[in-house]
Amino acid sequence: MTTEAIITSLFIFALAGMLGLEVIRRVPKLLHTPLMALTNALSAIALVGSLVILGAQETRYATILGFLAVVASTINVVGGFLITDKMLRMFRRRERPRASAETERGS
Amino acid sequence: MREHLIEVGYLLAAVGFVLSLKWMSSPPTARRGILAGEIGFGIAIAATLAKPEITGEGYIWIAAALLIGSAIGVPLGLLVPMTAMPQRIALSHAFGALAAGVVGTAEYYLRSEEISRFTMGVLGAEVLLGFLVFTGSLMAAGKLHEILPQRPLTYRGQNVANFALLGAAVGIVIVLVLDPGLAYLFPVLIALALVFGVLLIIPIGGADMPTVIALLNSYAGLSAAALGFVLDNRLLIVAGALDGTSGLILSIIMCRAMNRSFTNVLFGAFGQLQHTAETAEVGQIRSASPDEAAEIMKAARLVIVVPGYGMAVAQAQHKVRELADALLAEGVDVRFAIHPVAGRMPGHMNVLLAEANVPYDRLFDMDEINGEFPQADVVLVVGANDVVNPAARHDRGSPIYGMPILEADKAQCVMVIKRSMRAGFAGIENELFYNPKTVMIFGDAKEVVGDLVAEVSGATASLGH
Repeated sequence: MTTEAIITSLFIFALAGMLGLEVIRRVPKLLHTPLMALTNALSAIALVGSLVILGAQETRYATILGFLAVVASTINVVGGFLITDKMLRMFRRRERPRASAETERGS
Repeated sequence: MREHLIEVGYLLAAVGFVLSLKWMSSPPTARRGILAGEIGFGIAIAATLAKPEITGEGYIWIAAALLIGSAIGVPLGLLVPMTAMPQRIALSHAFGALAAGVVGTAEYYLRSEEISRFTMGVLGAEVLLGFLVFTGSLMAAGKLHEILPQRPLTYRGQNVANFALLGAAVGIVIVLVLDPGLAYLFPVLIALALVFGVLLIIPIGGADMPTVIALLNSYAGLSAAALGFVLDNRLLIVAGALDGTSGLILSIIMCRAMNRSFTNVLFGAFGQLQHTAETAEVGQIRSASPDEAAEIMKAARLVIVVPGYGMAVAQAQHKVRELADALLAEGVDVRFAIHPVAGRMPGHMNVLLAEANVPYDRLFDMDEINGEFPQADVVLVVGANDVVNPAARHDRGSPIYGMPILEADKAQCVMVIKRSMRAGFAGIENELFYNPKTVMIFGDAKEVVGDLVAEVSGATASLGH
């Protein structure tokens, strides 16, 4: 990695971090568990690195490690997205507006 | 050309990831967020598979690994019950960190001859973080699944031992930066990281798990970002930074909600603080039967339910929803007050109640609902303890002093469902239980709430509806 590439990458890291702060601050506490599950799936992007290591077949040792890494991160990607979706499907608003609950009280 | 297209693919994936987090800002858009994340991931994988380094045989191996990973990932995503969500999340941190650590290790052995000092430093930090999060998350999952004891295990000199171990690991990274060729040191680094992860979680008790899970989430993200520096892959840097900040924000929220610092959570061993409690001028306890409690609730205008980890343990969330429905049918307004650290992970109570079909606009954050307790006729505390302990407001000697609490004691009447008079997780007496406004309903949360449902709705039936 050249010094220039390092600086560029640090820029990207810092800006992505700031962007993350702004975006994630707006996620309500209600959705914090799905948020964790989602970011977990996203951080399994290490998959991209492991695919290259496994696919390039440079040494047997690297291939074994790459295989392990691809399996582990695929578990996270697939499981992470599925479970986030499963959770979010459960969050629903009340069916009737509050007004009808009030009228019910009168009955 | 192909190189550039791959980079463009990564850029699109990064945009997808940012959008997916942005759409998590409200429940109606959140599922769109998942779609954006999935599309981003699809593009990232496709772009990576287009890389010229990948050999023909490599594709076969990749297909096999993707299949095995999916075969394990699908049941982990679909079959795990909501009550097991905290350990499920911890387990997925472990997988993610393992992948990051293993890729870093492979990179070291492939490139150690030509590696630059900067890359070596980042790679060392990445491997250290990856493997410590791996064992740390496994430990956390074990504690949450109650395979391992939930109580913190402490011993004399624990912090000294932990710091010495961490210091040794950091020392090895520094030596490797100076001479990346010392390959025999690399396995030692991995071993130290693995052991440190275990030792870090041993002294942490169940009530601190929300903070620790969030912190592990953050570390896992940081190790992915560090891997991005090692591989010179900007998508990894972006995704890792997003995950890292997310975990950081969550852990800060958790720490604030307990009025504690990171260092205190990690090295304080909360549960062991033996607070010699003469605090509780142990007063009278009043207890009530479910039918008496049901009568009071039915006459109420507003009932606020305060759920805690005990509700999750007793699996009482469905009965609690039935009770809310029965009360609503009687014209009683029912709201849920959620303390940020109730349960074992951020948002734990929200997910459990959503699973039990409680509409999310009945769930209120601590800040939203604290002003409403004085108007509440009844507060029903189900399996919560420290988060409603008024000692946090005024008892300077209490370990939870300064922690923001749900102000249940301001309501007209407080009902506490509790198995026995045993102290809460922090081992502190709760003076709310001795408050003259409080009645205790002793028993298993699920059974007691079930009885309450029967009393509330049964009485309705007898009125000849």
